[in-house]
Amino acid sequence: MYMELKQMLDIQKIRKDFPILNRKVNGKPLIYFDNAATSQTPQQVIDVIVDYYSNYNANIHRGVHALSQEATDAYELARVKIQKHFNAKSPHEIIYTSGTTHSINLVANGFSSLLTKGDEILISALEHHSNIVPWQMLCERTGATLKVIPMNQNGELVLSEFDALLNDKTKLVFVNHISNALGTINPIEYIINEAHKVDAAVLVDGAQSCPHIKPDVQSLDVDFYVCSAHKICGPTGVGMLYGKEAWLNKLPPYQGGGEMIAEVTFEKTTYADLPHKFEAGTPNICGGIAFGAAVDYMNAIGFEAIAAHENELLDYATHQLQQIERLKIYGTSKEKTSVISFNVGAIHPYDIGTILDKMGIAVRTGHHCAQPIMDFYNIPGTIRASFMFYNTKEEIDTFIAALKKAVLMLS
Amino acid sequence: MTIEAIQNDIIDEFSMFEDWEERYQYMIDLGKTLPLIDEKYKTEDHIIKGCQSKVWVHANLEDDKINFTADSDAIITKGIIAILIRVFSNQNPKAIIDANTDFIDKIGLKEHLSPTRANGLVSMIKQLKLYAIAYQTQLN
Repeated sequence: MYMELKQMLDIQKIRKDFPILNRKVNGKPLIYFDNAATSQTPQQVIDVIVDYYSNYNANIHRGVHALSQEATDAYELARVKIQKHFNAKSPHEIIYTSGTTHSINLVANGFSSLLTKGDEILISALEHHSNIVPWQMLCERTGATLKVIPMNQNGELVLSEFDALLNDKTKLVFVNHISNALGTINPIEYIINEAHKVDAAVLVDGAQSCPHIKPDVQSLDVDFYVCSAHKICGPTGVGMLYGKEAWLNKLPPYQGGGEMIAEVTFEKTTYADLPHKFEAGTPNICGGIAFGAAVDYMNAIGFEAIAAHENELLDYATHQLQQIERLKIYGTSKEKTSVISFNVGAIHPYDIGTILDKMGIAVRTGHHCAQPIMDFYNIPGTIRASFMFYNTKEEIDTFIAALKKAVLMLS
Repeated sequence: MTIEAIQNDIIDEFSMFEDWEERYQYMIDLGKTLPLIDEKYKTEDHIIKGCQSKVWVHANLEDDKINFTADSDAIITKGIIAILIRVFSNQNPKAIIDANTDFIDKIGLKEHLSPTRANGLVSMIKQLKLYAIAYQTQLN
């Protein structure tokens, strides 16, 4: 089975879809291993963006003219593509947002009116710190308390602690599907199931999982699931919030403006139905359409084949890295995706990242916006290499050789 | 030596390097020679914000001239600071305030001047100049 899947991906053909992979950086062919920050864009998605602005750019939902109708149709068709991809029950459970952060803030803001003093919100210790702030703000507004599910040395959540933290006061559990800093895949099925036993809602951040996994929101029974298009070969500035219809109806609108209203007088406004209630103002129309194209592109390749190839890259790179003296990998969960966070001895990650860049290799260095995780390991940061389906073993070989050279220069 | 003369010396030295590797190896070596800051100044007050690596700078005025000492937890950053200190240390505040920093471009380190660059070369220069402005006010 594994071998068959492997053969399904013709990497050289796939690489031709990505114009950027042909460019040189500092005179060397680009090796792009910063995919967890943002993925690259295939020609098929670029074409959709160019086509939109070349042929049917118009404001949507209101115009009676042809362009407006074409744009509206394409935008709503993309919503259906996204709905089908995540297997949501209906398209209006998919809310377009500007990205994961916006989606999270939308939910956090909505819960302001649902929480009271003494209520508890559980978040995981593996969060991106931009994901911690909205909940701290929510707690300040409502008097609710923020509790943290701790992690162990392998970068896994300690589920016994999670069980102990859950109680009748828990109203919301927030956890990422995959940690951006360590690549750990969290056991969200278990978390959702247990949280529902105390009637707590669960919001899952899928920013890092969506490039690797095709989540089925109905079978997960998750209440909210969020992601950004730019992590899955789409453009920046657009993302989505999936919410169960009942939950979305419970949350008040997030922003006031056009599109989100049914009727306005100076005395009273009635809000539009889902999904428009949460989509005030002119949205990122082109972005939404391109998001749909990105979902099509990823599905045409196929997520099973993607996962098989990426797992192979992960195993290969992990093995190669482990041969380097003094190299330590952070995040060693058995369940992880193609993200490797590491340091070499006491060399500062920034130094290694700088030298790798001179050799055309893009990695991430620093705390990956996950300062609490770095504090946990007592390190200033890590070097993070993250792979997508368009990366190759040959690129990993070049990266390993470059890394050895950097270590030699810096020792 | 004037700031300009020191900058010209540095430009001459860097012009001998054939490629980025030699340039960076030199900076790494320079980093190892950096006049280290006294441990007691490695505090939050002395950290330059805007750098991915930690950078501490301390300044003191002696005979109307400023002496800088610094440290960083990243070696390339230390090399960059070593160059800046060589240029700006032991100069009077007015000269530091007036100095231009075009030489950074000329020694092939322009990439570090981008405001997005995590090493914060821009922040470092700004901090050194702020010290100079503060001491200049004292002298006036």
